[in-house]
Amino acid sequence: MDLHHQEVILALSKQHGPENLLVLLGSPDAESAQISAETVVLGDPTYAGALTEVQLGLDVYHILEKEIRSEIPEDVFEEQVGLMADVLDAEGITETLGGIRAQKPA
Amino acid sequence: MFENKQVVVLGERDGVSGGAIQACVEAVGTATVAFAATECFV
Repeated sequence: MDLHHQEVILALSKQHGPENLLVLLGSPDAESAQISAETVVLGDPTYAGALTEVQLGLDVYHILEKEIRSEIPEDVFEEQVGLMADVLDAEGITETLGGIRAQKPA
Repeated sequence: MFENKQVVVLGERDGVSGGAIQACVEAVGTATVAFAATECFV
């Protein structure tokens, strides 16, 4: 994940409290989603950014996951995400992010 | 899911862009977009 984005997320977590943040990803595949999710839940796996060894345990979902998609007005989702919903592997991304969320620190 | 949340949007150029996700969140109306970006890994 971009190093500057890690700094922003850390600052927002301190400002609002980690329980009040929700991270939404638009990653193109499960591998990319895993790295981003791991960074905001367990800490930066590349040991390069501000979230290195910082376990924020944030709620993190992909925009294509059912829990998120179901809350967005259908016409807006179609207009904004549209074709990508058919192209990307939503099932694989959901499975991967579920695994990361299960590791969230208590 | 969205109720009173501060949302961090991390879109990706090869997936779904940050702007598109932000528009979706704003359409829900119960959360605030605190930060939105589109990452690009090239």
